Amino acid sequence: MGLDRREFLKIAGMAALFGLGGKAAIDIFAPGELEASMEGIPVSKGKRWAMVIDIRKCLAQQAKDKDGCKQCIIACHRAHNVPDWGDPKIEIKWIWQDSFEHSFPDQHNPYIEEELRHQPVILMCNHCVNPPCVRVCPTQATFKREEDGIVCMDMHRCIGCRFCMAACPYGSRSFNWGNPRKAPKELNPDYPTNRDYPERCKGVVEKCDFCVERIARGELPACVEACDKIKAHALTFGDLADPNSNVRKLLKEHYTIRRKPELGTEPNLFYIV
Amino acid sequence: MYDGGKIIVGLIIGLGLFLSPFFYNAGKAAKAPAPELTPKAKEAKVCVEPASYMRESHFTLLDEWRHTVVRDGERYYKGSEGKRYYKSLQRTCLECHSNYSKFCLECHNYLDVDPYCWDCHIQPEEKK
Repeated sequence: MGLDRREFLKIAGMAALFGLGGKAAIDIFAPGELEASMEGIPVSKGKRWAMVIDIRKCLAQQAKDKDGCKQCIIACHRAHNVPDWGDPKIEIKWIWQDSFEHSFPDQHNPYIEEELRHQPVILMCNHCVNPPCVRVCPTQATFKREEDGIVCMDMHRCIGCRFCMAACPYGSRSFNWGNPRKAPKELNPDYPTNRDYPERCKGVVEKCDFCVERIARGELPACVEACDKIKAHALTFGDLADPNSNVRKLLKEHYTIRRKPELGTEPNLFYIV
Repeated sequence: MYDGGKIIVGLIIGLGLFLSPFFYNAGKAAKAPAPELTPKAKEAKVCVEPASYMRESHFTLLDEWRHTVVRDGERYYKGSEGKRYYKSLQRTCLECHSNYSKFCLECHNYLDVDPYCWDCHIQPEEKK
């Protein structure tokens, strides 16, 4: 006997009713139990994490150090066991530098002020509001966290197809061509003993994740902490959804630019120039 | 049947070869795995869940932990005894079960399972 349309709709309707009532039903029959099993410390209190990068402060610090300041990059790579292969072709990029012109190709200006010309800019994942990498991922290994807008990687699920690398307009994603365990040890004395952040196997894509494991503990991302430690304060991390937050205050007071805003990805990294 | 003798002898030899592993291992029971607990694990007496559940379903639990931590950001687990645990293979599980070859490998080898945890996670260093 086949279901007619009427019958099917009836059943579907009833199922939807019960489905919607599922949590309520559990609450009635076993009060409090669902809450107990769902309990867990929330990841973070932010609704939309964002970062404001003050290029002026950063460049001032760069000028102070003889080889340019790289504290944020060192801290990040240490915290996440990011290998340095010494070959730009297979470079793993979480946080890196590029010239102003390369970072902001849409700000094309042949007579750009001298302070910015060919100057290094700190770059990392923009944790876009509309992340193209998430849209193309066939396994949902990369996903946007609903709670706080961080674009995360589930390396257990990544199949290494690299669609996301093609989709990302900022070059924020890198492929693990080799086992990180074999990476040179000199630049990373903690390696591979950092138990907070496990290493990845080869064949997965990785990227900046705004230090989710640190945020969960109520700490700032490693790069921000490193920058504050040397009193440069060029990196500010905060909640964009809160109108009184530190980042919103900075955005209110300064003129900021974002990378390739015309693509509609809505980056959550803002640069004070 | 042409060459009947040869065929039958061939069949017998073939069957014998096919069954040889059974004859070879006949009467010898494989050693049952006996995972060893570290002194620390012994002292704790209880794992995250009762030992019988852990023995049968630790992989289900680990899979659930991995999923909820990475994807949902829920980093704490409430055991059936009411105690809270930080969901981490490296920080919580290996805190007690630091004897990888005597604990994990013992059963995994017996059952011929090869989980790929250690492709990425750091295997505990064992004192020889």
